[in-house]
Amino acid sequence: MRRSMLFVSAQRPALLKDAYVYKPDSLLLDLEDAVAENQKDAARFSLYHALKTVDYRGVERVVRINGLDTPHWKEDIRVAVAGGADAVRISKCEKADDVRTVVRHIEQAEEEFGAEREQTLVMAALESPLGILNAYEICTACPERMIGVAIAGGDFRKSMQTRYYPGGLEMLGGRSNMLLAARAAGVQCFDTVFTNLDDMEGFRAEVEQNKQMGFDGKSLISPRQIAVVHEVFAPTQKEILEAEKIVRAWRENSALGIGVFTVDGKMIDIAFIPGAERVIMMAKASGLYRGDL
Amino acid sequence: MRLIQTALAGTLESSDAQVMVENAGTGIELSIESDVINQYGRQIRETVLETLARLGVENARVRVIDKGALDCTLRARVECAVFRACRIEKDFPWGGVIR
Repeated sequence: MRRSMLFVSAQRPALLKDAYVYKPDSLLLDLEDAVAENQKDAARFSLYHALKTVDYRGVERVVRINGLDTPHWKEDIRVAVAGGADAVRISKCEKADDVRTVVRHIEQAEEEFGAEREQTLVMAALESPLGILNAYEICTACPERMIGVAIAGGDFRKSMQTRYYPGGLEMLGGRSNMLLAARAAGVQCFDTVFTNLDDMEGFRAEVEQNKQMGFDGKSLISPRQIAVVHEVFAPTQKEILEAEKIVRAWRENSALGIGVFTVDGKMIDIAFIPGAERVIMMAKASGLYRGDL
Repeated sequence: MRLIQTALAGTLESSDAQVMVENAGTGIELSIESDVINQYGRQIRETVLETLARLGVENARVRVIDKGALDCTLRARVECAVFRACRIEKDFPWGGVIR
């Protein structure tokens, strides 16, 4: 589950060692835009030792590497794998070959550093119209490692010759296309950052829209944003009760060889089960369900 | 490792350390500035010397300005300064002498 993915600059030791205390689902340890060009090496040394030393208490550690059009990404992959990062986020991903290239280098690094094969997962940031148009091929380029895709609003808006507008109409095409591709491929899908920290009302509205559209979560730039995302993505008590009834009824009926049954007057079959199980999982993560499912 | 040029790594921000290394005649000449020198001076010194020894640096003048860095941050800053001083920019030995 990845509702909240918090960016942390690998250039800042204080953030690297403390960010997990805010309890995001994932940390995006950033070697790209948050690190000055002449500090890429220093950020890697800090990142390596943080990964090796800090107990992140189960918070997922994703390393954002520099783009494949830079001289930095190969060394970024080496340090991420050597440090034992959970995943690598590919910046400015535009085609399936970008994913394959990164995966090939991850495989080399896993061999070089004696890491378990397929230890390091990947996700791709789609930042351009071409990336969005190729989203399905990107999502399916490496099924055994691919977590999902994230849209990056800043660059995407720029290349679409627009800017941020409340309501997000300018992002509708990009978000929708990426969601369709991710769902068709069976991988996760994450929305872009919301950069105005003074507009928490606008932020909440965007998160609510994300949930409505079907996103799994959102990239974040401040710990202040985490609680809002977790609150919005948490299921309601009504949804939890309904999901619990469905899962229990499914277990009882399927044990008797019955595939279709009713719960509170609604017809239920196997198609309802993944959704109900997901609600229970989200409820557990949000501290709203302590039942035995 | 033999230092070719003077190099600096790190910042003066809280929880960080700034480390400067330069080639020197014989042995390690280490100076440390820290607000917590009385409590942690010995530990900082040991960490810096252990890191230099691990990297095989035998002759260097090293200046550390500590701003409350954890050991892992201090190691990262010393290593970065040494690799910069040796003009090594890729294929770092992660998990080898960097550990």
